[in-house]
Amino acid sequence: MEFALSETQYMLQESVKGALSRRASLEALRAMTDTGEGRDALEASLKELALSALIPPEEAGGAGLGLLEAALVQQSLGSHAAPFSFAARSVLTPLAVMEAGTQAQKAEWLPKIAEGEMRGALALSEKSGAREDAKITEKNGRLNGRALFVMEAEDATHILTASQDGRLFLAPKNQKTVKIAGLKTIDGTRSFAECLFENAEAEPLSGENARGRSLALILSAARILESADMLGASETLLHMAVDYAKVRKQFGKLIGSFQAVKHLCAEMVAELEPARALLWFAAHDFGENPDAAPLNGCIVKAHMADVARMVSRKATEVHGGMGFAQESGVHFFFKRIGVSIQCLGGPAYLRGEAARMQGWA
Amino acid sequence: MDLSYGKDYEAFRAETRAFLKNHADKHPSQNRYDGFTKSSRAWQKTLIAHGYAARTIPKDYGGFGAEPDILKSRIIAEEFVKAGAPMGFQNQGISMLVPTLLELGTEEQKKRYIPPTIKGEMVWCQGYSEPNAGSDLAGLQTRGVEDGDDFVINGQKIWTSTAQIADMMFCLVRTEPDAPKHAGISYILIPMTTPGLDVRPLTTMTGRPEFNEVFFTDVRVPKKNLVGRRGEGWFVANATLKHERGMLGNPNISENRLAGVVRLMEEETEDGARVMENPVFRDRLAALQGRVMAMRYHGMRLLTHSIKGTDPGVAGMIVKLQGCELNHQLAALAIDVMGEMGVLYEDSPHIRADGSWQWSFMYDLGLIIGGGTAQIQKNIIAERGLGLPRGDKEPVPVRAAAR
Ligand SMILES: Cc1cc2nc3c(=O)[nH]c(=O)nc-3n(C[C@H](O)[C@H](O)[C@H](O)COP(=O)(O)OP(=O)(O)OC[C@H]3O[C@@H](n4cnc5c(N)ncnc54)[C@H](O)[C@@H]3O)c2cc1C
Repeated sequence: MEFALSETQYMLQESVKGALSRRASLEALRAMTDTGEGRDALEASLKELALSALIPPEEAGGAGLGLLEAALVQQSLGSHAAPFSFAARSVLTPLAVMEAGTQAQKAEWLPKIAEGEMRGALALSEKSGAREDAKITEKNGRLNGRALFVMEAEDATHILTASQDGRLFLAPKNQKTVKIAGLKTIDGTRSFAECLFENAEAEPLSGENARGRSLALILSAARILESADMLGASETLLHMAVDYAKVRKQFGKLIGSFQAVKHLCAEMVAELEPARALLWFAAHDFGENPDAAPLNGCIVKAHMADVARMVSRKATEVHGGMGFAQESGVHFFFKRIGVSIQCLGGPAYLRGEAARMQGWA
Repeated sequence: MDLSYGKDYEAFRAETRAFLKNHADKHPSQNRYDGFTKSSRAWQKTLIAHGYAARTIPKDYGGFGAEPDILKSRIIAEEFVKAGAPMGFQNQGISMLVPTLLELGTEEQKKRYIPPTIKGEMVWCQGYSEPNAGSDLAGLQTRGVEDGDDFVINGQKIWTSTAQIADMMFCLVRTEPDAPKHAGISYILIPMTTPGLDVRPLTTMTGRPEFNEVFFTDVRVPKKNLVGRRGEGWFVANATLKHERGMLGNPNISENRLAGVVRLMEEETEDGARVMENPVFRDRLAALQGRVMAMRYHGMRLLTHSIKGTDPGVAGMIVKLQGCELNHQLAALAIDVMGEMGVLYEDSPHIRADGSWQWSFMYDLGLIIGGGTAQIQKNIIAERGLGLPRGDKEPVPVRAAAR
């Protein structure tokens, strides 16, 4: 037994972090979210790491790595609150094609995905508790309906979605029958949109595994990646709080010497470390044991959401007034976590799913 | 035990209801962050004229001039919440400065400052916190040096809410650098237009410029702007706080918010089902209702103490801690029941209630920190309320309203 990251997994994460610390410092993040300045440089710097080739198999020009590696990358992105599209585009879209595509679809698309020429957005939010009239239906190969909270639609070439009966589709984004409107959330570091399909062309992913299980797997992978992002953002908040407690003085003493502040910090790390282990397990097991993946995705995301909400609050509190001011940068992570908590199912929804999957309800 | 307010008071309640009914379409919409507008000022004037705002402020100072009657104030608050009508202005000028002037100000100060303040024509900000003096407020270093008839002030304040729109600041300044920490501070009123005073807005987590830095470079303020005696500013500031105990944990806000969550859960749907049918959310709602009711009756108990003039002890010390936490939790539930719709903000399509639940969730975390952090509140409760031994630091007074 060895429950630890391998040397290469560790290095992958470090190389992403390295690129991000050069391009996505707090100052850079401010510029990127205020004016967009610096986004191109961030894209260019991450492009060198060929993240779009992470998941596609070697014969398609990819690295053929798994969800654990992808989760490590997403964790690094979260730890910098990086405004960079990765999950939908470079993980969920290739996974969907590999899982549910025909041989022809795989041969055509996977190399393009690895190259970054084909970039998918994810439109599955109605599969985790549909809001308003969100629903996609398919008739004669055409899609109709509304998808809310579409991830990474900006710059995408395709939209990965599922019909009501659970079949996956890839719809080209650039057609008159697909209308996209931006949604604005509290978090300026990730983009979301709503998408209206009006008799839109779309290609069904119609390989052997096309029905049922594929959708469940993609949802699970998406939830594991959200969890990884929350883990990264939470770790950064913990470090910011601890660093601040080591330099900020009140009453002539470092605030970190007050038991109340020590306990805030200790409570954060005590919840975070086991949550990290749960994430490693869920991401690793995804490839080994696909039958268990849907349940694990629900459990890890519901748990990580609780931990991350707690951390985002306590880290803000350690900073006092400074935590509430944008000057500290705490808000980037606080709000990114706030969105991830709800994205693809909040804790209450996911625990309900987990109970159903285990026959408890 | 008698929960009824008695016949005379019920008559007053009926009167209040009639007023609200007659004015149902004459008040501005209730929006916590719309500040001072023409319509909110007009509404304030109407309220003062009828005795629903500035009720106990003497007529000489522009108020309604009624005898203090805590039960009547409570009835007004209850009926306004029920009717969804905005109460009179609650801000640092009206809630903190005016009572301080009434108690400790000179006649000239009262005449000059109270009338425009209660009408919302003179806006105040609270200049207490400094970069190095937050929880340790008495460590403040902004200096005031005597020069002829003036004090000349140098230094910096931070986290000053509403300074960017304020006309005046009530400010704590160190005037006796050699005196012990708490004894060297003076309470001074400073016009925001004084040369040398520079306000720089700071954006908060909510994305709005909700507080400021204020810099003082040789700012001259006449000595007659001192409230109370020189070097007694700590005492003056604490007098203000006494008036304000509990304002941040105001149970009316929680009750209002609970009603809002109930409405939201009736309206929102998930997979076509009303969210109210979701047992998990319903359980959280019912648990919060219990806490809201507990705080409501806790408030009545404190009210009884104040009518009798007795000290509620530790019961009074928990209000800010519990009230701010409760409001934050109510907003958290509202966001959770909306799911992804709950994170929409600003002018997004599909947004609910203008994003005010998210704004509250964040701003309430600010209030858990502002006005004396939760950790400082717990120290006070444990040390002063329960008599536990003091930690190795001086006690900190309960800080008053941040907003
Ligand atoms: C929304 C908002 C509005 C505000 N408005 C105003 C305003 O209008 N005017 C004004 O003057 N100020 C205002 N403030 C400032 C507010 O009063 C201070 O932020 C607050 O008192 C905390 O001080 P600080 O920010 O310096 O934090 P610090 O005192 O540096 O605290 C940092 C951390 O250390 C902890 N800590 C410090 N000392 C102790 C101790 N002895 N024991 C245990 N823990 C300790 C704190 O709990 C906190 O977790 C506002 C603040 C906020 C958030």
